[in-house]
Amino acid sequence: MLTFTLRRLMFAIPTLLFISLLIFLLVDLAPGSPMSQIPLTVPPEVRLKIMEAMGVNEPVMVRYLLWLKQFFVVEPLVLWDHWFSTEYSAGMQRIVSWQSRSPVMDIVVQRLPQTMTVIGTSYVLGVLIALPIGIYSAYRQYSWFDQLGTFIAMIGFSVPTFFTGLVLILVFAVNLHWFPSIYDTSLRVTDWASFMQQVKQMAMPVMVLALYNAAQISRYMRSSMLENLGQDYVRTARAKGLTERVVVLKHVVRNSMIPVVTVIALGIPSIFGGAIITEQVFRVNGLGALLIGAIQGSDLPTVQTLTFIFAVLIVLFNLIADILYGLLDPRIRYD
Amino acid sequence: MKMKTALLGAACAFAFAPAAMAERGTDGNVKILYSQAVSIMNAYLSSGTKDVEVGSLVLEPLAGFDENGTIYPRLVTEIPTLENGGISEDQTSVTWKIKEGLKWSDGTDFTADDVVFTGAYCMDPAGGCAQLGKFEGVKSVEAIDPLTVKVTFTGPKPNPLVAFVGAESPILQKAQFAACMGAAAPTCTEANFKPHGTGPFMVTDFKVNDSVELAANPNYRDPAKPAFATVSVKGGGDAASAARAVMETGEFDYAWNTQINPELQAQMAAGGKGTFVSGFGTLVERIEMNMTDPSPDLPEGERATAKHPHPILSDVNVRKALSMAIDRNVLVEVGYGVAGRPTCNLVPAPAIYASPNTDCIMQDMDGAKKLLDEAGWTVGADGIREKDGKKFKLLYQTSVNPVRQDFQALIKGWWNELGVDVELKSIDGGVYFGGDAGSPDTFQKFYADVEMYANNFPGTDPEPYVAQYTCDKAPKPESQWQGENINRYCDPAYDALLAELIQTKGTEERAAKVIRLNEMLTKDSYTIVPLVDRGRLSAHSNTLGGVVLNVWDSEMGNVENWYRIK
Amino acid sequence: MTNAPAALAKPRSQWADVWVQFKSHKGALVGLFVFVSLVLFVFIGPMVWTKDPTFINPDAVTMIKTRNKPPSIEFPLGTDQLGRDMLARMMKGGQTSIAVGLTAMVISITLGTFVGVMAGYFKRLDNALMRLTDLFLALPLLPLLLVMAMLFRAPLSKAFGPEGGTFLLIVVAIGLTSWMQAARVVRGEVLALKEREFVLAARSIGTPSRRMILRHVLPNVMSPIMVAATLGIANAIITESALSFLGLGFPPDFPTWGRLLFDGAEYIQQYPERVIWPGVAISLTVLSVNYIGDGLRDALDPRIRGR
Repeated sequence: MLTFTLRRLMFAIPTLLFISLLIFLLVDLAPGSPMSQIPLTVPPEVRLKIMEAMGVNEPVMVRYLLWLKQFFVVEPLVLWDHWFSTEYSAGMQRIVSWQSRSPVMDIVVQRLPQTMTVIGTSYVLGVLIALPIGIYSAYRQYSWFDQLGTFIAMIGFSVPTFFTGLVLILVFAVNLHWFPSIYDTSLRVTDWASFMQQVKQMAMPVMVLALYNAAQISRYMRSSMLENLGQDYVRTARAKGLTERVVVLKHVVRNSMIPVVTVIALGIPSIFGGAIITEQVFRVNGLGALLIGAIQGSDLPTVQTLTFIFAVLIVLFNLIADILYGLLDPRIRYD
Repeated sequence: MKMKTALLGAACAFAFAPAAMAERGTDGNVKILYSQAVSIMNAYLSSGTKDVEVGSLVLEPLAGFDENGTIYPRLVTEIPTLENGGISEDQTSVTWKIKEGLKWSDGTDFTADDVVFTGAYCMDPAGGCAQLGKFEGVKSVEAIDPLTVKVTFTGPKPNPLVAFVGAESPILQKAQFAACMGAAAPTCTEANFKPHGTGPFMVTDFKVNDSVELAANPNYRDPAKPAFATVSVKGGGDAASAARAVMETGEFDYAWNTQINPELQAQMAAGGKGTFVSGFGTLVERIEMNMTDPSPDLPEGERATAKHPHPILSDVNVRKALSMAIDRNVLVEVGYGVAGRPTCNLVPAPAIYASPNTDCIMQDMDGAKKLLDEAGWTVGADGIREKDGKKFKLLYQTSVNPVRQDFQALIKGWWNELGVDVELKSIDGGVYFGGDAGSPDTFQKFYADVEMYANNFPGTDPEPYVAQYTCDKAPKPESQWQGENINRYCDPAYDALLAELIQTKGTEERAAKVIRLNEMLTKDSYTIVPLVDRGRLSAHSNTLGGVVLNVWDSEMGNVENWYRIK
Repeated sequence: MTNAPAALAKPRSQWADVWVQFKSHKGALVGLFVFVSLVLFVFIGPMVWTKDPTFINPDAVTMIKTRNKPPSIEFPLGTDQLGRDMLARMMKGGQTSIAVGLTAMVISITLGTFVGVMAGYFKRLDNALMRLTDLFLALPLLPLLLVMAMLFRAPLSKAFGPEGGTFLLIVVAIGLTSWMQAARVVRGEVLALKEREFVLAARSIGTPSRRMILRHVLPNVMSPIMVAATLGIANAIITESALSFLGLGFPPDFPTWGRLLFDGAEYIQQYPERVIWPGVAISLTVLSVNYIGDGLRDALDPRIRGR
């Protein structure tokens, strides 16, 4: 397993380089332009000058190589300097956003907390809800609990999050006045009152996303459980006189986890990617909002940096999923 | 001339503001919501309205425009005019006299050097200054003494009060930005996010594209202002939820640009928590007729260029008929409510520049049909008009926006009634307005027969605006499809009249010429079919006092007078 | 994908078996009934209810009067903000949404299953295919779609007409950008399946790979595929409406359920029925497909069928 992991990590480097080049070319080719954010009242000559100052007119390969250098040399140096108070990166050009003219990594660091708390919480909550529901639904297939679970899950993913978000705002913010409809990113949790405030402002976005995630994961859990409950080893285990509890929770659940692990591992990088629509509806302004704003404004350095970090996480978590397969089912071998 | 009345008006406004008597910082916190988030506080590096307006809480120009579009002094003692000698006789220079005792928020003195520096900062060729247009024709900016600045132009300028006027060209502090000239401009993150200013507030915390926290400026020139101790500006989301946060949940005090459908406006206004305020500037939603042939059968490079006149729309009577079939009152009622009014003009304001023409307001379907019959377009067997075997079919494009899609559907309905086959197309705003020469879908390329968008002009002088429609400004492949004459209108008489306008000095004569130019584009030729004069609609809480919606300058232009109604 | 076992011996009796088992699944029957009703509603409905879904009364006064009407005999589902008949719009919108949902789902599932099975079954292909999956997962969706529209919209509309071209572009765009989850899930299952006794047994008697996959592997990964299919339909219907907001989809006056839902959301406070109709229609479609999938999976599973 160790050699497999090492080999995969080695292979990840060229893969990621290739992905980064492809992303760069794709974003560059896309028909938007940073000029779309400049009002029509600005004359064309001035627009051209602004674009020139951004460095948009350099050949695409030059800009790509510059980005590579900035991402792999300058930014780590900046981090090093930050930690050890050294001055290695002095005078070097960091990756700078075209929209805000500030270093992209600074914005990412600024936005990580709210993304992690809101999207992360909702994901963990979604998984925690989904697993027991999926297991019990399968164990009591076609019971009223299963039917209800199916129904809610279907609503959960056939109704888009912008809509659930809107309904929640109308119910809980406009009519009941329980929760704020706008997320305050400046809130510092220092005491009980501010903690409650934080919980309140997280409540609605977390509900929306948890419902959506739980709906998906519980369906995979249920179907996989159903598949395994009919297997011979279950009969054997029962015949051995094991309790139902042990049979279901130990044997069946473990063997049903492979698709669920895959889906969860695919979902974790998207926590970092943020939830674009939910973030926008509640103005969480996390990484999802940053990415969509950058795409709309064709802010190439920001889009490139964010998607690349995203790509790294995808490769990493898919590797983790592969390792977990081996742990869940020792028969799976990769070498 | 008009300046005195403006000053009087401003003085009255102050007198009527009861809580303005209060001390600085006694009214706590005010929360402002922008549906587009602020990305930078320095207006010279971003021309986005949201950046300019929030920046204006901190940075100030020498002079600004009030809610009537009248210029008034902010950091200077008076507005330079020909009479007071501030503008030279030959109109080649302007002299500004700075108020005494002005201080930056860091406590240092505000001097003429800062103004000179700001001019050099924006005019640096490597800086990519977003407001370079404001400095067009400026030869030099020099300090005569610490409180006097002279701006000299390369030639006579009929309207010399452009640079350092309005929130788009505020004064930066030399000490803070000295190291940020030219190519170094974007690297000064700290200065761009937390500039020192002369305005009522200063930045305490800046989160890119998210929120800005500000506190009252201790060195602000009026010791009794601002009434609020802190300001929180939050950004992001959409107009409807922004309006909701002020009008229904009461979480915010002010929401910028809350353009929502009229029925929702009415319902929210009935809630009693807040008030919608609207004001009309120069923004006009219009249909532009393509004077060239956008047919995809033409080779690339000739498509939509002056080489091929439009096969249908080249006839002025056809364009007129299409305009006559539109009921602008219905458009306003469906799309904008109080924030819109029907118009037939490209230049709807200021009042002296607006043509009195209202011919287009009444829908005249029968007249339109008659006009098309006379033009030789007869109704064919399938109900579609045709002439010489050619079908009357139009491709009608615009950007993605719910109101625009409703307009498209309505206008398509009316044109169908005329016997015109209409295909609709909507394009992502980022692409449509992006100007990317490689994309077929930009509004400049105009690969459609008619298209709809809105445009306006900054400040109160329409000359640069009407100057966009000369023959040489048509977008074409040779100019990378850049150009402002979107419909490729080309009339030598128009170009000649425009040349006269540029030489004309007196306000009255200038106005007469602008009106004539406007009419040549609209009611004479129907090249531009104006639809709706769009106002700004913002919402404020009923507990927030002192709000005056200003469409000629920053909406935050009078924020120092805001107070809490107790 | 479901016809795999049918390609083998005695197809008739096996399908009869499947049908018998399917019939005994109450949920599946109800699902099938609902789905068929929906399809009839949207495809046969317009022949009975002949109002034009995009018709706006050119007479301004009448138009204003018929705006935002609640359900009545003249307009059974009411009218929208421009006085267009909601029933006609729901029917027309359903045609597009169901067609796009099903086609895009089939493309994405076929692609995902193919990649997943290949990667899981053939060790040589695993690394390459999974890195391809990583690549697709990492590509930013929006620029990708914009580029696709820019490059392919004009040629496709020329070849297949504006509507056919747009339809093709949309289903391919959705299919191409949503197969990765299915591929990862199927591969994970196949990896485990490959080591099971019956597969080893089949292999030891020299069954060729092609048969192994069709006969032994595919039928045993049906359940996650069915889940992915149900999720895929919902995803495709919603994504279609999101695409039209990028100017990538159908013309703006062309109704689809997703678009009706988006448009209605603006009026949710005044006219909630405007979002309820498309919301219910989408949910019913997804729900019915889910139950049909459930029944089909049970019916195709020989262990259950035997009981």
